[in-house]
Order: sequence, then C-alpha cells, then structure tokens
Amino acid sequence: MSTDDHERLLGDLRTMVRIRAFEERVSRHFREGLIPGFVHVSIGQEAIAAGVCGALRDDDYITTTHRGHGHCLAKGLDADGMMAELFGRATGTCGGKGGSMHIADPSIGILGANGIVAAGLPIAVGAALAARRRGTDAVAVAFAGEGTVHSGPFHEALTLAVLWEAPVIFVIENNRFAEFTDSEAMWRGDPLVDRARGYGLHHSERIDGNDVEVVRATIEPLVAAARAGAGPALVEAMTYRVHGHYEGDAVPYRDEAEFERWRERDPIARATAALEAAGHGDAVAAIQADADAEIDAAVERGLAAPYPTAETLLEDVHA
Amino acid sequence: MPDERPPRYIDGVRSAIAAEMEADPDVVLIGVDVGEGGGVFGATRGLHERFGAERVIDTPIAEAGVLGAAVGAAMAGLRPVAEIMYMDFVSVCLDPIVNQAAKLRYMTGGGARIPLVFRTQTGGGRSSGAQHSQSLEGMLAHVPGLKVFLPSDPRDVHDLLRAAIRDDGPVVFVENRRLYNRRPADGPWEPLPPGRARVVRPGDDVTVIAWGRMVEEVARACDEQLTDVGVELIDLRTLVPLDLETLERSVRRTGRALVVHEATADFGPGAEIATRLSERLLYEIEGPIRRLGAVAAPTPYSPPLEALALPGPEAIAAAVRGLLED
Repeated sequence: MSTDDHERLLGDLRTMVRIRAFEERVSRHFREGLIPGFVHVSIGQEAIAAGVCGALRDDDYITTTHRGHGHCLAKGLDADGMMAELFGRATGTCGGKGGSMHIADPSIGILGANGIVAAGLPIAVGAALAARRRGTDAVAVAFAGEGTVHSGPFHEALTLAVLWEAPVIFVIENNRFAEFTDSEAMWRGDPLVDRARGYGLHHSERIDGNDVEVVRATIEPLVAAARAGAGPALVEAMTYRVHGHYEGDAVPYRDEAEFERWRERDPIARATAALEAAGHGDAVAAIQADADAEIDAAVERGLAAPYPTAETLLEDVHA
Repeated sequence: MPDERPPRYIDGVRSAIAAEMEADPDVVLIGVDVGEGGGVFGATRGLHERFGAERVIDTPIAEAGVLGAAVGAAMAGLRPVAEIMYMDFVSVCLDPIVNQAAKLRYMTGGGARIPLVFRTQTGGGRSSGAQHSQSLEGMLAHVPGLKVFLPSDPRDVHDLLRAAIRDDGPVVFVENRRLYNRRPADGPWEPLPPGRARVVRPGDDVTVIAWGRMVEEVARACDEQLTDVGVELIDLRTLVPLDLETLERSVRRTGRALVVHEATADFGPGAEIATRLSERLLYEIEGPIRRLGAVAAPTPYSPPLEALALPGPEAIAAAVRGLLED
C-alpha cells in the first residue's frame, strides 16, 4: 500500500469506528430504556457506509433505510445531533420529530432514512434527475437491503433510472436477512447482479461488503462514471447483520456457525489488522479513543438536552 | 380565425402550467402521456413542443416510481408537477404521497422542502366504472401535511394551479374532467388565494357548500327547482386549507347548511365540515347540518344506476327542502 492508500484506509477506518461506537451506544441505551420506540443498528455493515460515502461529495445525495445511522454519519451528519434525535430531544437533527428511521439533512444531501422498505430508491432517482436537470455533476446513491429487491418500487426505480440515464448508484447491502427471514429462502431465478443487468444498467457487480478497500475501489469509478454521464449502476455488497432485525430481537433463526464465520470477517478488525501490519498501530488506537470520546460526549449532551416544547407540535406540517 | 371566447377549464390548466414553467426553470411536468401525447384529455397539449422533453417528461406506467422520483426531485431543487391520470390510481402510489411527501417536512423538523403538485382528475357520471370514477379527496385531506385544491370554475383552475405550483409544500390538485370544456360565466372575476371559499351566489335561507362539479349541480338545482328559496352557494375551492370562517359567517346568518360532494357520503369530507360547523354553531342553527354525497357503493357502470348513485339536481333540491322543514 502507498502512503495515500494508508491515509485513505485510516480515514475509512475512522468512519467505521465512529459508526460502531455510535451503534454500540444506541444498542446499550435502548436496552436501558433511554431511547424510545425501536431502533435498527448496522453493526458489522460499517464498511459499506464508509467506503461508499467516502467516495461522495457534500453535494451528492443519499437515501437510506430503517438501518441508516451508519450512512448518515459517513455522509457527514454530526453524532451529537443524531444521538439527540434518537433521545427525542429538541437539539436532535430533526428537532426530535423524526427519530431513528427518519433522520435526514437535505443541506448535506441526506434525503432521509426511511421507514418504508424501497421508498428511498425512487427518491434517489428523482434527486439524480434533478441534479442533471439543474446542470450539476452531483450523483445519488440509494442504499437498500436485499429484502428490497422484490418490491415494486425497486423495479420501477431501476426502470426509470435507466430511461433517464440518471446518475444514481444502487447499493444493495445483502446482510443475509430480510427482517427474520433468510433471504436465500425467498429467492428464485437469476442472481441479483444478473437481474440488474437485465434492466440495462451499465454496471452491476457483487462485492465483499466487509472489506472497505474493496467497497471504495468499486464505488469510486462508478461515481466518476455517473458524474460523466454513464447512467445508473448497481452494487450488491455481501455482509452480515450482526444484531437482530431490531434491538431486542433474540435471533432464534440465526445459524450460529455462519454467525461465527462472519464474525471472523469483521470489517473493522480487517482494516485494523492491515494498518497495524503497516506500522500504524498508534494511529489506529487514537482513532478508537477519539471515537469513544466523541460518541460518549454525544450521549452526554443528548441526555442533557431538553425535550421539544409543546409549541413545536404543529410547526412544519405545511410549508 | 382565433378563438376569442374565454378559455375553457382545460385551457386554464394548460395556461397555468405554461405560465409557471415560463417563470421558473425548475418547474417540470412529469407523468404518463403528458409529453408528446399531450395528456389523455389534452390538458398538456403543446407543452412538450414548447418546453422540451427535459422539462415535460413522459414516463412509463410506473406511478409509485414516478411519484417517488418526483419527491426526490423536489427535495433536490426542482418544482415538479406530477400527474396521476385518474384519481383512482392514487391507490397504486399512495406511499410517495402519504408517507413521503406529506411527512418529510415535519419529520425533518423543517429541513426538507417539498414543492410538489400531484395533479389529478376525477368525475363520475360517465360510465367510467368503479375504478375510474372515485372522488377520494377526503382520504387525502385526512393526511396531515397535504393541501387539497378542487377548482370548479374555469378561471379559478388557472389561479389555483398557479398557487399550487408556487407552494413550497405538497399539493393534491383535483380537476374534474366533466368540467374540462366549461367556459366561464360573464362578469368580473376576483382571484382568491387558496384557503378562501367563494360565495358564488348569495342567499338568506340555506347555505349550500360544494366543490368541483357539484357547484354547478347545486346552481342548476337552484335555477330549476329552488327559485323560491334563498340559497347561499359557497364554492369551497380548497379542502386544505379549510376556510371555516366564510362558512361560519354564512351559516350563522342562514341557520341551515348542506354540504354536497361527489365523494361517498360515509366518512366523507362533508361529515368533517358539518361537525366543525356544528361544534361552533350548535345553538345558533335551526337543525342538523346535513350531507349529500355518493351512495356507499362502488360506482356502478350502467347509466341509470350511476345516476342514482351520484348527487344530482333533484336530490340536491330535495335535500334543501328537507333542511327547510327542520
């Protein structure tokens, strides 16, 4: 690896470690009853968020899912606002009105997590269409799970993206489970990458989603191609959902041997090992310490923040 | 020779879109057959030639995807006018309307801007069958975050559509296809903003509240069968925002009110309006505020059956006379 490669990998490791630190605290504070509602964490899937968003600019767009904390952090949202949002506080990203599944900040291109499976895909296509129509070279990335690809809006989004030559990249995180269901049990016919090719995407590829260097190396040329007018592409990133569908899911359906095999492929451990072997042990330790301090501070500030006042209840219903 | 008659309702639709597209390069029109085909009713004819395929965008029949894309385009800076060919088809694309467009501004604490018009049309009474005849405005007005406009007048359709396109939030714009060929009545025209009801004809005995095609049905009932009754006819124009003040002022004076709509009466918008007025005026009215809407059945195809299902002048006149007996 060259020095540049090391710097980039350190940067992506920092993003992954921040996401892991955030998600671990979300999991803990949900169990403690400090986070209301329900939450879905992305532990084990951090390499996809870090590798993809690392290749994007502030003015690029993403749409994400109910499991979107990592994508939002990687795209540049601050952990303070996100943690306060999860606690339902006035200082949250959305003033406490959105919560885990609805975090969004259009000012940095985050067009929203989404509580509706597949809803983000057409939204990303529309954002890409708008970017082109407005004469910018911004691109859009639609993050979705493999459970999404059977739904109508997936089919419609790919159809429209190809027709409009929209600069959009569909990143399908295959984490093995669609809620409680083994995704392979719901699959017949051609593999996703072949299906995607059938729509006329210029590129479609299955990759190791637990290797952040592979994710980066795959996405960067696709982003460049989309900016240059190549149209839409799809990446199926293979990964594994380490926690349940939601926090509190006891995962009785999980194959423990498979779980252990994936644990050995943890994306943070792999990047850490590569960097330590290259003599960056101190930098890696500092990244971990910084992330812990940052997220602990976010928790502390979030818990100290006030709840939204009653006056905000009816604000922002209409423009 | 140029047609010097005043523009029809459908011309008002077209001229409003054209004027806003002229004024703002971010306004785009998107939907099935809106471009080269000019729209299945001809409402967008000529716009494709004038503004080009980049701004008048023909789509496949993929309403959920198209409306979802319109939401994304709106968040990313465009001002889309997305067409849903028949109002019945909202059922195949409710998620982008109900869960996305309506809620995103609120869910993001004001962070998301959704300048987006869902243009659609309805109109029972022409044997279009149960899947091409419904008036579902009550269902959409029920969802917080959506505005719902329903013009009845050929001039108002232009004014309201321009206001809808300029609105920074999502607006469901409901045209009535049976009004497309109507030309306006003679006389002066005072434009009103959304959220203001229009007193179409003044009267002292009974207030009748209507919108869409029912406004002219009520007028016909008055002219043909209620010449001895002082009916105050109010065109509501927009369900959301709802102009309760104008309604209240009228009903306080007349003491009697009837809401007439093409939507099914059961759980319909008339129930909401009647309740809101009753809550304010219970001790000032002469009797219950009544509703007249379509019967609670899917719209039948056969012409005589469909005529029984929808409110017409006879039923309206009977309902008004019923009110006077309360």
